[in-house]
Amino acid sequence: MTKADIVERIHQKIGFSKKESAEMVETVFGLIKNTLETGEKIKIAGFGNFVVKQKADRRGRNPQTGETITIAARRILTFKPSQVLKNAINIESKES
Amino acid sequence: MTKSELIEKVVQSHGMLNMKASEMLVNTVFDSIEDALRSGDKVEIRGFGSFTIRERTGREARNPKSGEIVSIPAKKTPFFKTGKELKERVNC
Repeated sequence: MTKADIVERIHQKIGFSKKESAEMVETVFGLIKNTLETGEKIKIAGFGNFVVKQKADRRGRNPQTGETITIAARRILTFKPSQVLKNAINIESKES
Repeated sequence: MTKSELIEKVVQSHGMLNMKASEMLVNTVFDSIEDALRSGDKVEIRGFGSFTIRERTGREARNPKSGEIVSIPAKKTPFFKTGKELKERVNC
């Protein structure tokens, strides 16, 4: 499934034109991205949380040359699925 | 930011949406992703990331309190891989 399928569903379910639906889906993801960029987390009840984590720098090794290098400190995004979502996915797979 | 705050922000940045329509919009977005994952499909959102299902094999584990060995059945878990654009934007 891609963004186009989500747009199609918005169009059919809420009745906005495809162009409007596409703009709205862009708005939703745009707002989420802007928020995560500032380091703030996104909590979607029943779905999961998108959390920005700070990673300290650490020493790593280039597996090809064996050379020791420093992996710089960085911020990464993690998704923690809610229990509701995890259960939903497992129930469905048992039925099918 | 919570889902309800996101719904409000969508209303603010989109003149033609009221709270109710915005709520339907945001819910439909996440419901679509959930439905796709439930049917075993993966979801790819350009510039954001992709959601896939990862299979966890069953394993034996120990109850830390009683020391008893319990078997944990195989299960599926949703996995999110951050897209390139968002990955770069978060890390600065």
